[in-house]
Amino acid sequence: MANDSQATPKKLIEVKHLKQYFNAGRPNEVKAIDDISFDIYEGETFGLVGESGSGKSTTGRSIIRLYNPTSGEIKFYGEDISKIKHKDMLKFRREMQMIFQDPYASLNPRMKVKDIIAEGLDIHHLVKNDEERDARVNELLDLVGLSRDHATRYPHEFSGGQRQRIGIARALAVEPKFIIADEPISALDVSIQAQVVNLLRDIQKEQNLTYLFIAHDLSMVKYISDRIAVMHNGRLMELSTASEVYDHPLHPYTKSLLSAVPLPDPMYERNRHRKPYDDSIEHDGKERSLKEIVPGHFVLATDEEVSLYQASAEEYNEK
Amino acid sequence: MADNSTDIKFNENSFKKIEKHNVDEQEKISAPSLTFFQDAVRRLKKNKAAVISFWLLALIVVFSIISIWWTPSDPNAQHVAYANLPPKIANGQIPGFTGKANVGGRIVDKYAQAKVPSGTYYVLGTDYLGRDLFSRLMKGIALSLLIGFLATLFDLVIGVPYGVVSGWKGGRVDTLMQRFIEIISSIPNLVIVILMLLLFTPGLGSIVVAMGITGWITMARLVRAETLTLKTQEYVLAARTLGESPFKIAIKHLVPNLSSTIIIQTMFSIPTAIFFEAFLSFIGIGIPAPNASLGTLLSDGQKTFRFLPYQMWYPAAAISIIMIAFNLLADGLRDAFDPKTQE
Amino acid sequence: MEKILDVKDLQINFDTFAGQVKAIRNVSFHLNKGETLAIVGESGSGKSVTVRSIMGLLANNAHVDNGSIDFKGKDLLKATPRELESIRGNDISMIFQDPMTSLDPTMPIGKQVAEPLLIHGSMSKKKAMARAEEVLELVGITNAKNRMKDYPHQFSGGQRQRIVIAISIVNYPEVLIADEPTTALDVTIQAQIIDLMKELQNKIETSIIFITHDLGVVAGIADRVAVMYAGKIIEYGSVDEIFYNPQHPYTWGLLNSMPTLDTSSDRLYAIPGTPPNLLNPPAGDAFAPRNPYAMQIDYEQMPPFYKVTDTHYAATWLLDPQAPKVEPPAAIKKRQEEYHQLVAEGKIQSSVKGGAKDGE
Repeated sequence: MANDSQATPKKLIEVKHLKQYFNAGRPNEVKAIDDISFDIYEGETFGLVGESGSGKSTTGRSIIRLYNPTSGEIKFYGEDISKIKHKDMLKFRREMQMIFQDPYASLNPRMKVKDIIAEGLDIHHLVKNDEERDARVNELLDLVGLSRDHATRYPHEFSGGQRQRIGIARALAVEPKFIIADEPISALDVSIQAQVVNLLRDIQKEQNLTYLFIAHDLSMVKYISDRIAVMHNGRLMELSTASEVYDHPLHPYTKSLLSAVPLPDPMYERNRHRKPYDDSIEHDGKERSLKEIVPGHFVLATDEEVSLYQASAEEYNEK
Repeated sequence: MADNSTDIKFNENSFKKIEKHNVDEQEKISAPSLTFFQDAVRRLKKNKAAVISFWLLALIVVFSIISIWWTPSDPNAQHVAYANLPPKIANGQIPGFTGKANVGGRIVDKYAQAKVPSGTYYVLGTDYLGRDLFSRLMKGIALSLLIGFLATLFDLVIGVPYGVVSGWKGGRVDTLMQRFIEIISSIPNLVIVILMLLLFTPGLGSIVVAMGITGWITMARLVRAETLTLKTQEYVLAARTLGESPFKIAIKHLVPNLSSTIIIQTMFSIPTAIFFEAFLSFIGIGIPAPNASLGTLLSDGQKTFRFLPYQMWYPAAAISIIMIAFNLLADGLRDAFDPKTQE
Repeated sequence: MEKILDVKDLQINFDTFAGQVKAIRNVSFHLNKGETLAIVGESGSGKSVTVRSIMGLLANNAHVDNGSIDFKGKDLLKATPRELESIRGNDISMIFQDPMTSLDPTMPIGKQVAEPLLIHGSMSKKKAMARAEEVLELVGITNAKNRMKDYPHQFSGGQRQRIVIAISIVNYPEVLIADEPTTALDVTIQAQIIDLMKELQNKIETSIIFITHDLGVVAGIADRVAVMYAGKIIEYGSVDEIFYNPQHPYTWGLLNSMPTLDTSSDRLYAIPGTPPNLLNPPAGDAFAPRNPYAMQIDYEQMPPFYKVTDTHYAATWLLDPQAPKVEPPAAIKKRQEEYHQLVAEGKIQSSVKGGAKDGE
C-alpha cells in the first residue's frame, strides 16, 4: 500500500501533457488521449481505470512507445523518451515491458514456449549459448510457477492462466524495471485471476518492480494499486491513493463508476443506488486541468470548481 | 435432485484428510505435443479427396522428374511412316490399347499397315508426324509443372514480401503499393503476352515474364490483408516492445503465421498458371513447335479429334486431372489449416 | 411454486479428435415461474452447453446421451425440429453475449425487433411494428418511434444490447435465457442492463436463466443460484444461502478469491491448479485436487447432494455426518456469521424457518 510517510520517492515515469491523436487533422480524427499528466513513483503500482474507449490502453501503449505520441513528454528516469529512435530505443526496450490482455493472442502459436520466453534474451544478446539460454528459461519458468517440461510445448496446449504466466515470463526475461500490465486478468476465470494477481505481487516484491496496472475491474485495481487514476474520454478525471479514490471519490464520474461495481454480496446489491453520470458537464467549453483538492488528491476541475470539490472533501472528513 | 446414496462404501480412511496435494501433477500436460503442422496434417488425412489428390500429384511429379532424363522415345523425333498410330501396349491384348482403329467401318490393324516391327509399340499412339505421344505427354506435363513451380516462385519471391511490406508499413506506403498493384492488375494477362511478342519470340520466356508481372498479385493482396490483422496481434506488439527489428518480426512472427495462407494460395495459383500456359500454347502464342506442352498437344489433337480422338483425350485428361487434383488439395489444405471455415 | 422448466439427469458428450469430452455429467435443475436462476461457473464448466441444449442449439459433434428437459409437460429433447422452432423465440428466447454480432447490420432495428413476431405468424405487420416500438420503449431506447428505421451501427454498445434484449422479449417469452449478456459491457452499462432485466421481469412476468461467471452480477440479479464445476452442479440454493452460507469448498474458493472493495490483505486467496480435463473426468469429486479440505473419499466417490435447507443442497463429502468438522476460510466464516445475524434480524428469510416453499 501507499507509503506517504516516506521521503519523496523517486519519479520513474513523468507524463506531461501527453496527447495521442489518431488520423490527426483528418475528418476521422480521434483524440484517444487528450492532454494527460501524471507521475509514477519507483516501486509503486499505479492503477489506471476506465471504461472501453476511455484511452487507458492507448496510454499504456504510448508510454511504451508502440505509438508515436502526437505531443507531450514522457520522461523515464528524467529522460524524455517520447521521441527516441533506433539505438536508444533498443536500450529503452529492456527497461520497460508489457503484459498483454488476451492470453490467446499474446503468444505466437507457431513458437515453442522456450522460444517465446527467450525472445528478449535473443534480441538483447543476454545469453551466450544454448545451455545458458535453456538455464535462464527454466529459471523464468520456475519464477512464474510453470513446470520445466512446459518449455518444449506450444501455446495452444495451455490454459488461459498458464499462458498469461508465459507472457509474464517473457516480459521478465529482459529484467525490466517497469512493467505495464494492460488488463492482464480480464480474460481469465475468477479462480485464476487471483493466482495471476498474487504472482504479479510476488514478483514485484522480489524484483522491486514498478507497475502501471490498466484495468476496468475496479475491485481488483483497488486491491493491487497504491495510487489510482480514473480515465474517461481520453482525460484523467481523478487521481489519488487507492483508498482515497474508493472511499472519498470527488468527481461525479468516479462516483458513478464506483456505484456500478457489482459486489458478491446480495444485501449490498439490493440496497445499491446507481449514480448516473452525465458527461455533458465535461463539454461546457471551460478549461479544466487536474487540480489538487486535498493533498495528494487531484480532480479535473476549473478554478471555480475547486472550492466545490474541497467542500465535498470536507464532508467526507466530517462523517 | 434427491440423495442418491445407494451403493457408496466407506472405509476407515474415507474421511481422512489429504494433506499433500499434487497440484503440479495437474498442470502436467499428458497429451502428446502436436505442432501446428502435425495437427493440420492430421486433419488433412481425414479428407479423402485431398489425400488421393496428393498421391496423384506426387505420382505425376515423379513421372515429370523422370522425363527430364528419360522418355520412352525422343518426344520430338519424327517418323512420318508411323504417323497417327493408335495406342497399343505390348501385343495389343488390353482393350483400348490394341493398336487397331476403325477406318470406314472396318477394324484395321494400323501397326501392321504401317509395317511397325513387332515389339515396337506406342502406349498412347503417335501424332500426325509420328511422334510418340506418351513421351510428348510426359514432357508436356513436366513443362506444366515447371510453370507451376515458377508461379510458386513468383508468389513467394514477389507476392509474399510485397504483401508483408505493404501491410506492415501501412499508411502512405501501403496506399502507393496498392495503387501500383491495381494498375498492373488492370491490364489483362493476354494483352501483356501479346505485347511481349513484340519483344521476344513466343516461348517459355514471354510466358514467364507475363506471370512475373501479374501472377503474384492475388498472393500479395491476401498476404497484405492477413498482415494487417497480424500486426495488431499482441504477440507482435510484444515483440516490438522487446525491441525486435521489423525484419526479424516478419521472419519470426508474420511469415510462420501467414504460412497457411501462403500454402493454400500457392496451391490455387499453380493450376491457374498451368491453365494459362496451356491456353497460350493452344492459341499458338505459347510454347512454339516442336516442343510439347499440354496446350500444343491439345491444339494438335483437336484438329483430328473426330477421327483420332485419342490424340486429344489423353492430354485433356491429364490437364483435367492436374487441375482438379490441385484444387481439391488446396481445398483440403484450407480446411486443414483453418478449421474455422469447415462448419 | 410452479416449475416452468425442469431439467433432469442431463448428460451431454462431445466427440473430439482426442476422445469423448464429458461436458455435462448428470445435471438436474429446475426453474420456477417468475424467478431468476443464475448458473455460475468458469469457462468449461458446462454452463453454456446446458442452456444451449434447452434451446436445441448444440454443436454438431455434441450428443445428449441421457436426461430430459421438461417445459410445460413437453420433453424438449424429444421435440421435433419444427416443434422446437415454434418454441424458440416464442416461449423460450435467448440473449447472447455479444451485442455486436447478435444484430444484422443491414436491417433497420424496428424490423429486427418485429421479426420474431412475423416468423411465428399470428400478427399483422402493422401490429408487429407497433409492438416492436412499444418494446423498444420498454427497454429504454429513447425516442423509439423515430429510431425504428435506424441501423445497428447508429447505436452505442449499451443501446445495442438493449435492442438485443428487445428482440428476445418481443414475444413476451415465458422463459428468457441470458448467456453472459453483460460480459462484453462496461460496468456502468452492465449495471443499467441488469436493472433493465429486473424491471422487465416484473413487467412481462418472465422467468430468467442467467448464465455468468461474475459473482457480483449474480448477487445483484438472482433469486436462486446453481454453481457448476467440471460439468456438474455442485451447489444450489437461494442467493442468500449461496453467498452467505456456502457449503462447497469450490464456492468458498470462488467467493474468497474475489477482492471486495475492502479487501486489503497482502495476498488474495487463489484456488490452486486448474480445472480437470473432461476427457477423463476424475472418479470422485472433480474439485478434490484443488481442494485444501479434500479427504480420501473425495478421490474415490462422487459426493451426493446433501441437504442444507429445503432449498439449499451441496455435493460435498464435508456435509456427510461422518466427516470431520472443518473450519471454512476466515472470509467465509465472516459471511456465515453475517448470515446468522441477518436471519436473526429478519432481514433475510431462512427457508428452514420459513418452511418449505421450494422443496422437492
